[in-house]
Amino acid sequence: MRLLKDTLARRGMGIVTALPGLLVLLIVVGLFLKSKAILGVQPLSQLLFSSAWHPLKGEFGLLPFITGTIWVTVTALVLAVPVSILAAVYLSEYAPRWVRESAKPVIDLLAGLPSVVYGVWGVILVVPFVGNVLAPLAGVYSSGYSILAGGIVLAIMTFPTIIHVTLEVFSTVPAALRDASLSLGATKWETTRHVVLRKGAQGILAASVLGFSRAFGETMAVLMVVGNVPLVPRSLFDPGYPLPALIANNYGEMMSVPRYDAALMMAALVLMLIVLFFNVLARRTLIRVERRVR
Amino acid sequence: MKALPGGRIAGRKRADVFFRVLAAVSAAAVLLSLLLILGTILWKAIPALSLSMLTQTPKGGFYLGKEGGILNAIVGSLYLGLGATALALLLSLPLALYLNVYKGRASKTAVWTRFFLDVLWGVPSIVYGAFGFVVMLALGLRASLLAGILTVALLEFPIMTRAIDEVMRLVPLELKEASASLGATRFETALKVMVRQSAPGILTGVLLAFGRGIGDAASVLFTAGFTDRVPTSLADPAATLPLAIFFQLGTPFPEVQQRAYASAAVLTLIILIISLAGRAMSRKVTRHVVK
Repeated sequence: MRLLKDTLARRGMGIVTALPGLLVLLIVVGLFLKSKAILGVQPLSQLLFSSAWHPLKGEFGLLPFITGTIWVTVTALVLAVPVSILAAVYLSEYAPRWVRESAKPVIDLLAGLPSVVYGVWGVILVVPFVGNVLAPLAGVYSSGYSILAGGIVLAIMTFPTIIHVTLEVFSTVPAALRDASLSLGATKWETTRHVVLRKGAQGILAASVLGFSRAFGETMAVLMVVGNVPLVPRSLFDPGYPLPALIANNYGEMMSVPRYDAALMMAALVLMLIVLFFNVLARRTLIRVERRVR
Repeated sequence: MKALPGGRIAGRKRADVFFRVLAAVSAAAVLLSLLLILGTILWKAIPALSLSMLTQTPKGGFYLGKEGGILNAIVGSLYLGLGATALALLLSLPLALYLNVYKGRASKTAVWTRFFLDVLWGVPSIVYGAFGFVVMLALGLRASLLAGILTVALLEFPIMTRAIDEVMRLVPLELKEASASLGATRFETALKVMVRQSAPGILTGVLLAFGRGIGDAASVLFTAGFTDRVPTSLADPAATLPLAIFFQLGTPFPEVQQRAYASAAVLTLIILIISLAGRAMSRKVTRHVVK
């Protein structure tokens, strides 16, 4: 009887274990099936590289949204990566123990804040800041609802991801290596730069890529501050219209315009595939880094 | 190793101090950004916060600045979060147990499953929303509390599983061996040793996922719908706090936008409470844990 229970439990749990892999597959297949309708009408190249977005005329060019996403994401990363890595360096190499211990919950909390809260904050503070302070400084007019505002908000949202992974990577660098460098007369910073950062280079790259894919798919916070104008942006102060925002904004009308839903599902599929690609890349690198240590 | 640059010791020392300060400033900037966000939200919210906001559903003309509150969204979010978290736990716990009891920690199955879980963790919530929508259409469901719960459960599942898995990996092998040597089957070991031993960690994982689920907007946008009433059954559409905030902020009326700030403060407080409760409780539930 007990053995029977054991066998049953084993089977049941085994089935659940297949779920993660299956789910990845299901999402891709599900979205693909839904977006097939548009592939029959418009070739893929036109969908991805045309900037004509006129759903009512049946033209669905995703280029403005793809470039919008890339602009916002790159802006966010340029801001977030150096700051996050330096912060991780401080926390792992310089900070006294109590600072490190008390920083952890703060970073967790930052990661746990809902994206809508980031969005509200962006609207209250970042958008006016960009519109009234940064844009005049750069000599251009901007309403503030811009790529830059989206990038700033996103940068703060990606801090926890990058810092967390980077800290983990730093902790895999053996202390003996640091000691060896210090005993040769290197300063703390020289040790950090030539030993810790070099040893952890791959891991740091992976951390940045994870931050990238987190930023790439972020929806609500960006949607609220980025302006949502379906044009290819020309500068940081222009509004943009990233892919996730497109999907979120148009769910209401998509059932009433022919093939609109297929176009949106296509957008979701593109988003999924790009994020999937970078995630797989980053995770593989991290697994390799971890294995090398053991 | 390359020769270290900078012959003069003073120069090297200066570089050391410079980068030390730069790193400290970066860390401070990250930590202060949290304070800045919390501070701004609270400061903007306090004038608009009132008891009626928390205890009333929206009345007619609420989105034009008239009477009412966000009770519908608060209750909707709680239902949704609780339902989704319970469902996700139902999947996460067996999975984590299977990996740690039946399969070796470093077995192929375990490595690959963890890999897929990590990948799923990175999938944007809007994609879950779109996928949930596709499934919803396939099953013939309408936007409802049930569809929302299913979608959010999928979103929470990898987060919770990874968190639980991480703590179960730390359970010492000797405990499992001791249990086996007393004649327990692996299933009994799983329930009576693993679950108890990692109870605090499981709780932390559950609360982490709950916080994520309750705060997520993009995934429920398609699937849970929105309504001014408190949902009474699984088939009803349900309002959620994040979406309530989003819609209120989207109106052109300053009074309503004020309420969006207040709603954001409510949501932030809920998240803060969950996070603090997780910390406090994970210390308390260590009663059964063998050290």
